Amino acid sequence: MIGIQNLTKISDHEWEIPQSFRQDMRVPVHIFATQRLLEQVMDDKSLEQAVNAATLPGLVGKVVVMPDMHQGYGFPIGAVVATSFPQGVVSPGGVGYDINCGIRLLASDIEYEAAIPHLDTLATLLNKYCPSGVGQEGVLRVNIPELERVLREGSRWALRNGYATEADLSRTEEGGCLEGANPAKVSERAKKRGQSQLGSLGAGNHFIEVDVVDEIFAEQAATVMGLRPGCLALQIHCGSRGLGHQVCTDYVQELQAAVRRYGIVLPDRELVCAPMDSPEGQAYLGAMRAAANFAFANRQLLAHSARRAFEEIFAGRLKGWELRQVYDIAHNMGNVETHEIDGQRMKVCVHRKGATRAFGPGSPGLPPEYQSTGQPVLVPGSMGTASWVLAGTEMSMQRSFGSSCHGAGRVMSRSKAKHEIRGEALRRELEQGGIKVRAGSMSGLAEEAPRAYKDVDEVVETVTAAGIARKVARLRPVVVVKG
Amino acid sequence: MGFEEIAHTADCALRVWADDLEGLFVEAARGMNALSGARLAASQRTSRTFETEGADAESLLVTFLSELLYYAEQENLAFDHFNVQTFKRSNVQALKVEMDGAPLESLIKAIKAVTYHNLQIRPTARGCEVEIVFDV
Repeated sequence: MIGIQNLTKISDHEWEIPQSFRQDMRVPVHIFATQRLLEQVMDDKSLEQAVNAATLPGLVGKVVVMPDMHQGYGFPIGAVVATSFPQGVVSPGGVGYDINCGIRLLASDIEYEAAIPHLDTLATLLNKYCPSGVGQEGVLRVNIPELERVLREGSRWALRNGYATEADLSRTEEGGCLEGANPAKVSERAKKRGQSQLGSLGAGNHFIEVDVVDEIFAEQAATVMGLRPGCLALQIHCGSRGLGHQVCTDYVQELQAAVRRYGIVLPDRELVCAPMDSPEGQAYLGAMRAAANFAFANRQLLAHSARRAFEEIFAGRLKGWELRQVYDIAHNMGNVETHEIDGQRMKVCVHRKGATRAFGPGSPGLPPEYQSTGQPVLVPGSMGTASWVLAGTEMSMQRSFGSSCHGAGRVMSRSKAKHEIRGEALRRELEQGGIKVRAGSMSGLAEEAPRAYKDVDEVVETVTAAGIARKVARLRPVVVVKG
Repeated sequence: MGFEEIAHTADCALRVWADDLEGLFVEAARGMNALSGARLAASQRTSRTFETEGADAESLLVTFLSELLYYAEQENLAFDHFNVQTFKRSNVQALKVEMDGAPLESLIKAIKAVTYHNLQIRPTARGCEVEIVFDV
């Protein structure tokens, strides 16, 4: 059991678990958190899981943990773990089951005041055009050869088929297509699951939300991102659906034997891994990238469906109704990137599990308009609370492998939330607060109640005070669609 | 024999116990049905047989429960009666399950996956038990 007494306080927003804490640690754990946020996770296994992650072979630098951390399985949620490329390991359980679960933000010039009479219809149409809920099929069913093209091309496939614009792709992490995707390494079962799920939201914590840009903190960056105060924006949160879940399930199972073959000793079987230059590591990377491309295409199709809803309601009624992409980022991913570590530039595989990229100004891969602002970092809050748009900084490149927090982070278990919160009462409460709600399940809604999450403002204050991101804008929800 | 939901901050977890390994598999399947709120249709009963091999009992358990998730998503089927056999086959653990079930009338919670997180089937005074974490 790890207590605050085992941590070294570096500042009001940073802590460290030294490598000497446990014999099998290969690197220290660096935590971005206030004391209050830390105390909120002392009863769960977040820190123990971070220490477990610090035992992986080939680690470089430190295991970094974000202030929205909470207990997961294998890695804690909020972990950033870098391994040297190509001899270090890649861990499927570290990346997680919902490969490239991520968030997309689109902005409009629709004034909130003018939109108020239409928000109820907008909620209904978003719910209708963006299929959500348990096991729900997507807007499109594709045959296997077409699915394999999606797996190779990601958002480029969506562009070729009229579901995207060039601007959408340039404002998506990695252009919406990871190179090196290998559909041949994706099982038939995973492909079968993916065939009918393109353009679907799923359930759980996935959502579509319409927000109002509530306050601007960095005018120039907000202007470049297309965020206008008082105007509507839209967030889409989802991932690679059953296809990604199956890819991870397959490789966590397959690599159980690989760790024995490579003599890797682990404190938790969910952390199974293989060297990136091994056949097993290569196979997983090829499959993971394919699943990530599926997720990029999935969010692109959902954005297309959301645009259809906006057009149907606002075109001809209000000016500036078009939804323009601000950015799309992944939360669960293993990316090969170049970082400076201990004064040396080196290629590493950055596992982000419930954490996002937060590349600073001048980073390769950012579109020209974001070269001076830094990458938009999207931090959704919980239903009923604010969401934030931040920007990556030079400091994040130096201190967190170009990463930041991904959300508010849960603080209450789902079982406790269901026990303490009634879905229907919560829905009424949100509606009374001016938020239109469409939800597939009232118990699912209760599990995702704002009280089940940390204070997103404190999470954002932590990363901005530590300098790994800077504030651009705060958003306030007005429509929530959940599966 | 039985199961109970235990607290997990973000995902879901079950503690399952039984007199023997076969019973543990049955209770784990029933527990997962309860967790996801699976409601089976009263008619159209159907049967399936599932066989697999693995390095150990934990691996068989993950594969078995993952198979049930697949049936639910792809064939809209859930099962409520199980005949489980575990045995050794040329030095590996093997599992055979004959299952009876029906189409799903409703499913409240989506379970994404069955994890290996701290998964360990432990012997107890009353048989054996295991804690299973599900990604939801």
